[in-house]
Amino acid sequence: MSASVKIKTLTIDDRHVGARENQTILEVARENGIEIPSLCYIDGLSAHGGCRLCLVEVTGIPQLLPACMTVVEERMEVSTQSERLRKLRKNILELYFSERNHVCSVCVSNGNCELQDMAGETGMDHVHFPYLYPDLGVDITHERFAMDDNRCIMCTRCVRVCDEIEGAHTLDIKDRGIETRIITDLDQNWGDSETCTLCGKCVHVCPTGALFEKGKSVGEMSKRRQFLPYLALMREEKR
Amino acid sequence: MAKTITIEPLTRIEGHGKVTIHLNEKGEVEDALFHVTQFRGFEKLCEGRPFREMPSLMARICGICPVAHLIAGAKACDQILAVQIPRTGVALRKVINLGQIIQSHALSFFYLSSPDLVLGMDADPAQRNIFGVHKENPQMARDGIRLRQFGQTIIQMLAGERVHPSWIIAGGVSEPCSREARDTILSAIPEMQKIIQRNLDWFKTSILQAGQQTVRVSKFRDEIRTFGNIQSYFLGLVNDDGELDFYDGKIRVVDASGKIVADKLAPEDYPEYIGEKVEPWSYLKFPYYKPKGYPGGMYRVGPLARMNIIDRCGTPQADQELSEFRGLSRGSVLSSFYYHYARLIEILYAIEKIEQLLAGPDILDTRVKAIAGRNNTEGVGVAEAPRGTLFHHYKVQDDHGIMKSANLIIATGHNNLAMNKGILQVARHFVKGEQFVKDGTDQQGALNRVEAVIRAFDPCLSCSTHAAGKMPFTMDLVGSDGEVRDSLRR
Repeated sequence: MSASVKIKTLTIDDRHVGARENQTILEVARENGIEIPSLCYIDGLSAHGGCRLCLVEVTGIPQLLPACMTVVEERMEVSTQSERLRKLRKNILELYFSERNHVCSVCVSNGNCELQDMAGETGMDHVHFPYLYPDLGVDITHERFAMDDNRCIMCTRCVRVCDEIEGAHTLDIKDRGIETRIITDLDQNWGDSETCTLCGKCVHVCPTGALFEKGKSVGEMSKRRQFLPYLALMREEKR
Repeated sequence: MAKTITIEPLTRIEGHGKVTIHLNEKGEVEDALFHVTQFRGFEKLCEGRPFREMPSLMARICGICPVAHLIAGAKACDQILAVQIPRTGVALRKVINLGQIIQSHALSFFYLSSPDLVLGMDADPAQRNIFGVHKENPQMARDGIRLRQFGQTIIQMLAGERVHPSWIIAGGVSEPCSREARDTILSAIPEMQKIIQRNLDWFKTSILQAGQQTVRVSKFRDEIRTFGNIQSYFLGLVNDDGELDFYDGKIRVVDASGKIVADKLAPEDYPEYIGEKVEPWSYLKFPYYKPKGYPGGMYRVGPLARMNIIDRCGTPQADQELSEFRGLSRGSVLSSFYYHYARLIEILYAIEKIEQLLAGPDILDTRVKAIAGRNNTEGVGVAEAPRGTLFHHYKVQDDHGIMKSANLIIATGHNNLAMNKGILQVARHFVKGEQFVKDGTDQQGALNRVEAVIRAFDPCLSCSTHAAGKMPFTMDLVGSDGEVRDSLRR
């Protein structure tokens, strides 16, 4: 840490904490053992601010702020666990489940899924929104991996890891809003991709069973993410 | 005036169905139909999914016999992979399948059917349940619970979960058997053998009368004579030695006289010898033995059929019981009442076979899975489920293995024609005129007998419907003008 870094003090859930000036609320909270739920954020990749689960209340600011994108300020008072936030997170999760076809019982990631865990932690026992049941396919053209749009929550971790860590930028996003989909290269079959290096990082950062290794059966796909902070650190030092 | 009696829903069966009994103008039973009234659509909803998901996806058809669907589904996938499963993988699949036979048969016999047998068909419906059995014969109720627990424990110890485990996969099983699991299961075998032997003896002495095995003196002689006591073919798997095999083998068809009419039929060729007819009044299809046409090719599957088609069970105690069972008739044993008897013999066989398999030298081997990609575009998996022969037939796209279509023939389906014939027979005997009578006194008894004949087949309608909540039971007698003439409710 360089000498010029300033330290800011703030409270998170009434706890006094210190932070470096460029840190986000989420980073500071996790450093201090305060858990804020998130699905798109992953240590080692840039923040995306897409999942909206890490929204927090900051005293004096009427709107909610995403903890992963909000840089700390001096004397900030952050609340991460109010009743309003709990309800909101539950609603967001219900929207995730209603938007695509999440069928845990037959999913490769059953028991190893961040979305499933999150639903359990927030006590989501029903989906109060009508399911959309979109007609989505599975791309199993790749020799080692498969992509199931039915289980994708558009967290874009795969897109970011492919670009920022692997440097291949095979994966990207097409369309807007509820039509948004992950694509490979120029919206081709993954198996026809010329840029994919078969590294598998996208599979292992995926929070759900949307990306998985072929040949895995129900509940067999567990993701290993320990490599990511290490790779990110190594790339930082190279620069 | 022509009338229709409707029994809806049926109770103490797995799933949701109804029976209609049609009376002619003289008030005699003209016809009786068994309807499966709900639709599931599993064959359709799997289209577009990767084939490796199929075993677990199809297991969701049923919470009682998921292992049967896992086995048949995984075997169909094995063919798509075109691999040979390591020996230990096969042995472990056999063990878990037998564990399921025990738990499902125990459920059918002790929980669902023993109230009729212990307390009588005419007993008070409020008492005619497993709690009533517990009052009358506590040992028997405990035995049933213990046996079912044993079967479920095998499934849990091998596969990690009692219901819907995902351990059986394309190419084998996902994890080897632990020493602890093997030893725990083996240590319970002697107790289980005692339990099943005790209940087999009870069945033979209390139901079939002092080992004379003559239906004339049985208190259930009317039921034995009329519970689907019909001429039909019997179909099922037998292994290369002509023995009982729940996991693999070739199809054999035997006629009512006990003669083998077809043998060593390849399961993959099932469309050549099994036709599936659709009737407008039921969601359950009507499979029939093709060479004999429809409905002449009516056949039965399941415990009774298996006892009729095999040369021997292949385990010492079960073989002794089989020879006594065969003494019931010169040809095939025809009354569907004897499904109960056959079920008990199969539990005995399963216990003996599990012991043999788990005592095998390679059972703890860690090579339990073959690894391969898609090599074929089609696979047929066949196994003996508790209720009978189960076919899973998958077709995948030739590039990467996305499901194109699936066809399933579930055990309850095979028995559909026979169940219909069975209720017609029992209704003709016990339903008289405009009222539901049994010896002119007990209406409920007649009603129960119509249900009990269905129960003897142990149909798993869960495979085509969901059962939930308390099931009211009504049977209406409706005139051709739509007016209810007589009604029974409980």
